[in-house]
Amino acid sequence: MNRVLRLIGWRLLAGAGVLWGAATLSFLVIQFTPGDPAQAIVGGENAAPTPEVIAQVTREYGLDRPWYEQYLSHLGRVLHGDLGTSYRLHEPVTQAIGEQAGATVELALAAAVVALTLSVAVALATARRRRWVRGAASGAELLVASTPSFWLGILLLTVFSFGLRILPATGSHGFRSLILPAFALALPIAGVLGHVLREALEEVLEEPFIVSARTRGLADLTVRLRHALRHALTPLVTMSGYWVGALLGGAVITETLFTRQGIGRLLISAVDAKDLPVVLGVVLLSAGIYVLVNLVVDLLYLVIDPRLREVPAAAGRVVEGAA
Amino acid sequence: MTAVLRVENLRIGFGAGTVVDGISFEVRRGECLALVGESGSGKSVTARTLVGLTGDGATVRADALTFDGRDLTRLRERDWRAIRGGRIGFVLQDALVSLDPLRRVGKEIDEVLAAHTPLSRRARAERIAELLAQVGVPEPGLRARQLPHELSGGLRQRALIATAIAGEPELIIADEPTTALDVTVQAQVLDLLAKLKSEDRSLLIISHDLAVVSRLADRVAVMKDGRIVEQGPVHQVLRAPAHDYTRSLLAAIPAEHTKGTRLSGTPAPPGERRPPGDVVIRVDAVTKSFRGPDGVARQAVRDVSFTLRAAETVGIVGESGSGKTTTARIALGLTEPDSGSVQVGGQAWSEVTGRDRRALRRSVQVVYQDPLASFDPRYTVAKVLDEALAVAAVPRERRRDRAVELLELVGLDARHLPRRPLQLSGGQRQRVAVARALAPRPAVIVCDEPVSALDVSVQAQVLDLLDDVQRRTGVAYLFISHDLGVVHHACDRVLVMKDGQVVEQGPVETVFTSPEHPYTRELIAAIPRLTAA
Amino acid sequence: MKGIRPGVWLAALVLVLLVAAALAPHLFTGQDPLAVDSARTLQPPSAEHLLGTDENGRDVYSRIVFGTRTSLLLGFGAIAIALVGGGLLGVLAGLGNRFVEGLIMRLSDVGLAFPELLLALVVITVAGGGTWNALVAIGVANIPNYARVVRAQTLSIRRSTYVEAAHALGLSGPRVVLRHVLPNAVKPVLILATIGVGTALVAGSALSFLGLGTPPPEPEWGSMLSTARNFISRAWWYGVFPGAAITLTVISVTVVGRWLRLRSEGRTS
Repeated sequence: MNRVLRLIGWRLLAGAGVLWGAATLSFLVIQFTPGDPAQAIVGGENAAPTPEVIAQVTREYGLDRPWYEQYLSHLGRVLHGDLGTSYRLHEPVTQAIGEQAGATVELALAAAVVALTLSVAVALATARRRRWVRGAASGAELLVASTPSFWLGILLLTVFSFGLRILPATGSHGFRSLILPAFALALPIAGVLGHVLREALEEVLEEPFIVSARTRGLADLTVRLRHALRHALTPLVTMSGYWVGALLGGAVITETLFTRQGIGRLLISAVDAKDLPVVLGVVLLSAGIYVLVNLVVDLLYLVIDPRLREVPAAAGRVVEGAA
Repeated sequence: MTAVLRVENLRIGFGAGTVVDGISFEVRRGECLALVGESGSGKSVTARTLVGLTGDGATVRADALTFDGRDLTRLRERDWRAIRGGRIGFVLQDALVSLDPLRRVGKEIDEVLAAHTPLSRRARAERIAELLAQVGVPEPGLRARQLPHELSGGLRQRALIATAIAGEPELIIADEPTTALDVTVQAQVLDLLAKLKSEDRSLLIISHDLAVVSRLADRVAVMKDGRIVEQGPVHQVLRAPAHDYTRSLLAAIPAEHTKGTRLSGTPAPPGERRPPGDVVIRVDAVTKSFRGPDGVARQAVRDVSFTLRAAETVGIVGESGSGKTTTARIALGLTEPDSGSVQVGGQAWSEVTGRDRRALRRSVQVVYQDPLASFDPRYTVAKVLDEALAVAAVPRERRRDRAVELLELVGLDARHLPRRPLQLSGGQRQRVAVARALAPRPAVIVCDEPVSALDVSVQAQVLDLLDDVQRRTGVAYLFISHDLGVVHHACDRVLVMKDGQVVEQGPVETVFTSPEHPYTRELIAAIPRLTAA
Repeated sequence: MKGIRPGVWLAALVLVLLVAAALAPHLFTGQDPLAVDSARTLQPPSAEHLLGTDENGRDVYSRIVFGTRTSLLLGFGAIAIALVGGGLLGVLAGLGNRFVEGLIMRLSDVGLAFPELLLALVVITVAGGGTWNALVAIGVANIPNYARVVRAQTLSIRRSTYVEAAHALGLSGPRVVLRHVLPNAVKPVLILATIGVGTALVAGSALSFLGLGTPPPEPEWGSMLSTARNFISRAWWYGVFPGAAITLTVISVTVVGRWLRLRSEGRTS
């Protein structure tokens, strides 16, 4: 147990390191944006801020002080959750993000559930089955994994909103408005996950311990669920980086396509308006989520593979890679 | 005696290929039958077919395939489930991969009990402890809660056997049950299996090792290329083999009595064996520690000293983890010892660096257990040898001729030059590895388990080849092996290692006939011998 | 070349056609992708306009053909950047001492914390949109991933028996690296990159779809879909075909990449 705690400690430390790197990166972006940093913060060269605004930004960000002082105060602000002020929305970035977070979390969770359910079910049902079953499953996976969510969304809209007229095309209120965006976001992810999971399952199902379990008289489904699935989940968990990126990046696109509220829409309008504090705020937030998810993933490894509970912290790195 | 299992004219094919071609045998109540053969003989496929797990795309036909009077060919999947584990227990080789590495040992046994007995949860927990105790696992209550990797190889194999007997089956099929085990553990597991055989329990053992089988089986069936070439009582088959293949198989097993003889039936090259010459390697009191995964330093090699003379073969024998491979790497100059020294031809590894060290490397070459992994996957045989010759400063225009010479020395020829190692057989690959090792005209070749991955007939060829090469070139061998029979056959002197230390060393005959250290005695007593049970 | 499945042949053929369309789009269509015809806006597919027309009466088919160049450029260009950058860093990390390795790996940890698309959006906020900026942004965002893969590959080869065997023969360190480590590390990474081209292409067109990549009126698949979404109720063909082009390209690249991977692992089927 001591080792588990040490592993968690190490991971927290590594996570803190990543966040520190991310905050440093955001500082560098502000510093090295061409032109006056104050100008960049308020919206780039096309913006026409009043001298008072420029003065306020210069003061707030300490742009008149030496770079190391600026850097430290930047880190201090990030540490306190102060991500600056949006010059488009005239409110703190944290508040702007907070207002939009609920809708995005709803979408991302719904999509994650759909993607996971679909990929696990299809992989379990088709791994090491008859040739044509596997062929069909792998073809379907390839097709959806190769379909960008913005096109998939357009197809879904064409059929279900404008063709059959059974689901709303836009909006972010209620369950019905969630269905199409969630599937548009989930299906390409499910294709990728399903492919990885099925390959892992097919490999595991060849292992001697699976044959061994079969020679004990277990039913096929029992063998798959009790013995094989646990092993095959590892690569799925390892791809957490992909998960986070695909869900967050996908949310940006789906929210735009379905004109839903959310962090994605907020981000795109900020990019359009060159509202740098909001853009960096969202990116920092996503790095934070990534770190958090990775911590959860490390704990999940311990649940999936009890062998890891006994090796020292450094050996936890064995399970990385294959990103 | 009545037959529990009767197999008549069994044929198994995958696609267009036939892997088992009309075999017939029976296992009688209370007896042990052994199915023996080299890789590709079809013995494992046969075993799996007996529990209905032949594999995808297989066609199975038989005139008769009955277990306890029931026709196995007509079973549906759910009928099979009652038989597997319940009436036929199955033990696969290497429990580390045959037990689910993520589940506790007790759970694996529980699975069988839940499927085949009416026991309650609590009764099952008691039964698990009983079963583990029955197969000789100490502290069964504790062990049941452990994961397979927390158990030693022997205990794992015992736990696996416990899963096979949990359903009280009438027949136990064991596929290479002792192959991955050290020799002393192997002996214990064989004894356990022998005890399991009883009035109403029969055993079918699948093995490549005639010696292992002779210890256990009542009758033996020898398989080759999908057919049974000979079967009968063990003592009869071993003493008076009727078939040529059985004879050659028996002759190929290296052991005490084969020393100085040919194993593969090919004639020896002319000329006497050379007497040992000058000292080529002197290892003096080397010690090496490694930091284990738990952060604690462990001495892998402790105060090891020996010398090796030209045209001499010195064996290092020991079980896994005894430090024999680390000793080999230190001799090769690939691992730096913490203390002590290694001199090659009078020059110490620790005193040379850079170019001189690389030049010294040519004097000590190496042949690995897995030849395929030791070749760059992109290289052809020609390129492998060319590189070795280039390092040995053989001028470009001479290299091809020299490569062909080397190939001929190891029993291959110029036709093998354009091949890739992947396209060669296991024996051919090891021959190429020997050829490469000979390219820089070394004084010593370190052979690290050179025949462990090979079938016994191929092993015989490679051992004979090593002997030929030594007679022709006078090269010295440092021969690492876990197989005492091989060491006895091939070596002049031997070092017995245990826990990083040399517990005994001396001429092979002396060490094997009058071992002094208790561990050596234990090792030698555990050697499976070709004696009919 | 026997034993190659027809699907792989088909995918390879599609790739060849796509590359041809990118190099010489005029061979595939006689129509000008920019020619506006206000009398024939949003026409369904017909003999004259195979895949219909858009809101400005431009031929959708020829816009797709002419968009091939930009889309392939985005996919291949971005991966080229990722390969060169990631390859250099990965080899350095795989061969370098503990300090170099630690530094590069910690940097790539930070890089991996940012989703590809979001990192690209930062670059675009600072440097502005457009095809080239999108290409560089996606390429840079992929560098950490490739650095990791190349390092892992280099390390596993360095620890392989054949590298030890080469050392035992007496080959010098740099020679072993040049002859055995690098050549064996390159191939699997190149194969991985083939599959990566598809992902990068999707990311590139996603940026265009968001209005941050290739600006109109230049034809590009993602930006076509961006406009098409305003006409879904009236012109299904406009939203269907450009996306089909993306999916078809990604599938072809993936099929060929997977086949290369299987072949290199010696299990062609």
